[in-house]
Amino acid sequence: MNISRRASAGTMESSDAYIEIEPASELSIHIESVVKKQFGDKIESAVREVLSDCGVESAIVRVTDRGALECVIRARVETAVKRSGGGS
Amino acid sequence: MRRSLLFLPGNNPNMLINAGCLGADAVIFDLEDAVSPAEKDAARILVRNTMRYMDIPCERVVRINSVDTEYWRDDIDTILPERPDLILLPKAATSEDILALDRYMSEVEEKLGLECGTVGIIALIETALGVENAFLIASACKRVKGLFLGAEDLTADLQCKRTKESREIEYSRMRLVVAARAAGVDVYDTPFTDVNDDEGIVVDTMLAKSLGFTGKASISPRHVDVINDTFSPTIAEIDYAYEVIDAITRAKAEGKGAISLRGKMIDAPIVARAERIIAMASALGIERGGVS
Repeated sequence: MNISRRASAGTMESSDAYIEIEPASELSIHIESVVKKQFGDKIESAVREVLSDCGVESAIVRVTDRGALECVIRARVETAVKRSGGGS
Repeated sequence: MRRSLLFLPGNNPNMLINAGCLGADAVIFDLEDAVSPAEKDAARILVRNTMRYMDIPCERVVRINSVDTEYWRDDIDTILPERPDLILLPKAATSEDILALDRYMSEVEEKLGLECGTVGIIALIETALGVENAFLIASACKRVKGLFLGAEDLTADLQCKRTKESREIEYSRMRLVVAARAAGVDVYDTPFTDVNDDEGIVVDTMLAKSLGFTGKASISPRHVDVINDTFSPTIAEIDYAYEVIDAITRAKAEGKGAISLRGKMIDAPIVARAERIIAMASALGIERGGVS
């Protein structure tokens, strides 16, 4: 399933993450985080899992992490996908 | 034991992730007033994930949106699979409000294959009609575990000013305590909203306890310790409770009917109160003589 419009979720506040998602022909994930060196792979893995659960195969996803726990990042990605018209 | 119930805004990760370490007996994840209409969807999913992925060592309550909104069914659809301990229903004004929620919760539980009826309801009474219908609401169905007074919206509905002295909610407080006790459920007092008035929270909480409330809500973690302390039995109360039980046990062994302790007749209500205090002390890890 591909998303149909640009959408965002979350905030730039501490312990949160801001997610932007937009239509694309393939899947690409861009992560900005102060803990990217240590947790970048973990964040990307969580984002991919949520996208997969929602049936999203192609999109550009930008994650701006402000020290969010994984469950918060997962929530924000799922919200952005649903707002974009995607998700199962 | 539910002495303190702490509201946490449902779309604020910084607060939600600390839910388990703020000392409250119950946290209330708020999907209603603390969340703007544009963020209801985000808050629902965030609260669901908080409950799904985080160990929260206290009761989990979710305040959903009221049954006259377009949001409450989505709230239940998203939240119920995580088995919160309680759903807090705002603006509960009639028993039909409770029954509508009860029916829908049962529908969702059945659809998901969950045990039916294990998630309770607390009715948030914050309208004049709700106060007048308090007993009917409290006894509407088995899911109802308590009444909860919401004084801010109530005073708006009563068209009076909300004051620290709280004279304007005296009747409502007493009415709710009587209604809840008559129905055999708990009853929780409204939050004290001035987070900088350290004396005010003590006075307001002591008043709530003296009226018979089970516990009190809070909008600030700063108030949790005062509420917990006030609603916990004192060492003197615990010691006296044990004396009562000892006296009644001795009297039974000696075949006596009426007995007295410290010059006062010990009857069934005093024994029942002593048993409640001992049970609460035990839940708090306080043993006889104040040793834990």
